[in-house]
Amino acid sequence: MKSTIKNMSAKKRDSDEGWFNIAEMPAANPVIINSEKCTGCNSCVNICQVDLLVPNVVKGAPPVVMFPGECWYCGCCVVECPVEGAIKLRHPLINRAYWIAKEKLK
Amino acid sequence: MAIRDWPYQLEWEKEETIETDVLVLGGGIAGCMAAIAAAQSGQKVILVEKGATKRSGAGGSGCDHWESAATNPCSKITPEELTVAMLDDNDGFNNGISHYIECREGYDRLLDIEKMGGKIRDTGDEFKGAAFRDEKTRLLFAYDYLNRYTLRVWGTTFKPAMYNELKRLGVKIIDRVMVTSLLTRSGPAGNRIIGATGIHSRTGRFYIFKAKASIMCMSRPSRIWLFSASLPGLCEFRPTQCVGDGHAMGWRAGAEFTMMEKSVGAEFSASGRSYPPYGAGNNHNTWYGATLIDSTGREIPYADRDGNIIDNISGRFKPSSGQKFFLKGGSVDNPKYQYRGPETLPFSEMIAKGYKLPFYTDLSGLPESERRVIWGMMVGEEGKTKIPVYKNYTEAGFDPEKHVLQCYGTGWTSAQFLPDERQLFGLPGGFLNDWDLSTNLEGLFVAGDSLYASNCYGHAAATGHYAGRHAAEYSSDREKMEPDKKQVMAEKERIYSPVHNKPSTSIGWKELNMGISKIMKNYCGEVKHDELLKIGLEQLAEYENKIKSETYAHNPHELVRLLEVFDILTVSEIIIHSCLRRKTSSKPLCFIKYNSPEESGTGKLITIRQEDNIITTRELNVDFFGDLSENYEKHNKKYVSEKKGFG
Repeated sequence: MKSTIKNMSAKKRDSDEGWFNIAEMPAANPVIINSEKCTGCNSCVNICQVDLLVPNVVKGAPPVVMFPGECWYCGCCVVECPVEGAIKLRHPLINRAYWIAKEKLK
Repeated sequence: MAIRDWPYQLEWEKEETIETDVLVLGGGIAGCMAAIAAAQSGQKVILVEKGATKRSGAGGSGCDHWESAATNPCSKITPEELTVAMLDDNDGFNNGISHYIECREGYDRLLDIEKMGGKIRDTGDEFKGAAFRDEKTRLLFAYDYLNRYTLRVWGTTFKPAMYNELKRLGVKIIDRVMVTSLLTRSGPAGNRIIGATGIHSRTGRFYIFKAKASIMCMSRPSRIWLFSASLPGLCEFRPTQCVGDGHAMGWRAGAEFTMMEKSVGAEFSASGRSYPPYGAGNNHNTWYGATLIDSTGREIPYADRDGNIIDNISGRFKPSSGQKFFLKGGSVDNPKYQYRGPETLPFSEMIAKGYKLPFYTDLSGLPESERRVIWGMMVGEEGKTKIPVYKNYTEAGFDPEKHVLQCYGTGWTSAQFLPDERQLFGLPGGFLNDWDLSTNLEGLFVAGDSLYASNCYGHAAATGHYAGRHAAEYSSDREKMEPDKKQVMAEKERIYSPVHNKPSTSIGWKELNMGISKIMKNYCGEVKHDELLKIGLEQLAEYENKIKSETYAHNPHELVRLLEVFDILTVSEIIIHSCLRRKTSSKPLCFIKYNSPEESGTGKLITIRQEDNIITTRELNVDFFGDLSENYEKHNKKYVSEKKGFG
């Protein structure tokens, strides 16, 4: 089969004219990276079985969470991270369970 | 600043051909153990995995208990007793071969994993003196403390240990490659399997694998009825990318399946419906034995199978009087009287008695070791609890001695679903296997969640190793074959065609998945009507013949997601074909055919396969596998004699 796929930029849109570059908030932000602590080692990028994250274009900068909706919330990115507190897993609001002090029940 | 379109080097359609003796398809628990066994047998092994083998698969991030380790030194029941109970509890609709392998070899695999560096016993004496601990072996048990056949394990250590072992044995691991099809001798379905094709999810590169033997170790299907476009990763219990690709490519290659008409009312996940598994109040699996209370602090009692209230905590972990052992675990939903263990009284009954909602899980009154083994070890080692539940709740201030965790559903499910929302859960359908764990296709072996009536970690590990040994034996006196060029070209055409469409006018993977799941809810819901099933099939055919050609993917990652949905479409078709072929309702298959009486007497398995788009089915006795120990020993002479040698 003759290859006709040349590169992404040519294929990305039919026409870039008239498009606004406006981002949209995702349904959830599962992986929160602390850019102060992150060393950009990409351990999280490499361990994620769903492949949510991609390396930053800038070497040493935090990876980009490119496909947040696909997160399975397993937490392996946190386990693998060599810097304590550089990465957090955060359940979406709809998945946060409630607890209460037992002594308050009556 | 330059805007980059994709972070990885693109290699669309560029071919790479790799040859091996044994090809393992999928790097979860079953795949890793299969590759390890085949490599130990001296074969050259390649393992292909869509994610990252070190943590991939349903058990990659952890596992808190290992079921059916009937040969561990403390077990009071035999592999035969346990397998027969598992079969009987499902009126025979269970995989006698694979579960006997699980019961007979599961503990051997635990010992293997321990040698690789996994933690299977309380070496730090954290639970010294606890009722669930054997002081000599330091093994910890769950559920039935008298019969001791289910082990509490530190499963977060397992997958990295297997990964290191694979590397030590020289297995070539190819991560980030989705296997897309099986290659057959000269091309047609039904012929010997001689390899596979794949696509790299970051670069788009095309792979051709040539192998003497292949082992199917992929997941059970998912996202058939349940889909959320905003949070697709939370649609189902198993990982996002585990959608049953293996079932779909097996079907296209002519493999024979059974029990594919079985689905259960949804219990888990589906973004928005339930809470994180084992992250809300419940007293099942990970949380078994925990106390439940109502909103006034009144305890909800446990009762034995006869409804007698159990008034001491130790009674929650014992069989009833006159009962030898009870069954509990991942695939035991509503056991028969004979196997039923202690349970809290049903929610509905408690509400009728004046107990006030909501209910809560309360660990504060448990013996210290029981509290610590649930909150700390089990919640901490289970698949998705270490970080999102144990770490995050602890950091947010949850204290198991003070706080109680709210229950949302009626038991462990923490959610309410509509009747037409279904899932492949609790021993679902899959590849039919023989005593070599071979499929009907020569050269294709099968393990783990690809098998019909699969369930847990131990099942995946035990069947993986077993399939690895048998595939290695087959491979050792076979020759590799050249793939059929036309078959390879057709596959390339199939997988890359969406990239040629226009994004602004095309359909994406999420829209297609939503469409499929709506068809399945509408036409293949809880009650099966033949007329509706036929319309569902017509609509799926339209997706297959027309809509697929209108899809688009921006990059290799998105293309892999789209190819997964193509596989979900194929699996949906297998399910409807199977539903049409079962004429009567069947309780063990959770199958309701409109206006049909329930099957009486011993049911039969219906198998299904296709070749040249012609579908054939046959009936099979549920106990087609014959005597368990006799057949096992006949097919495993070398393994059995080696074990005796060590004994």
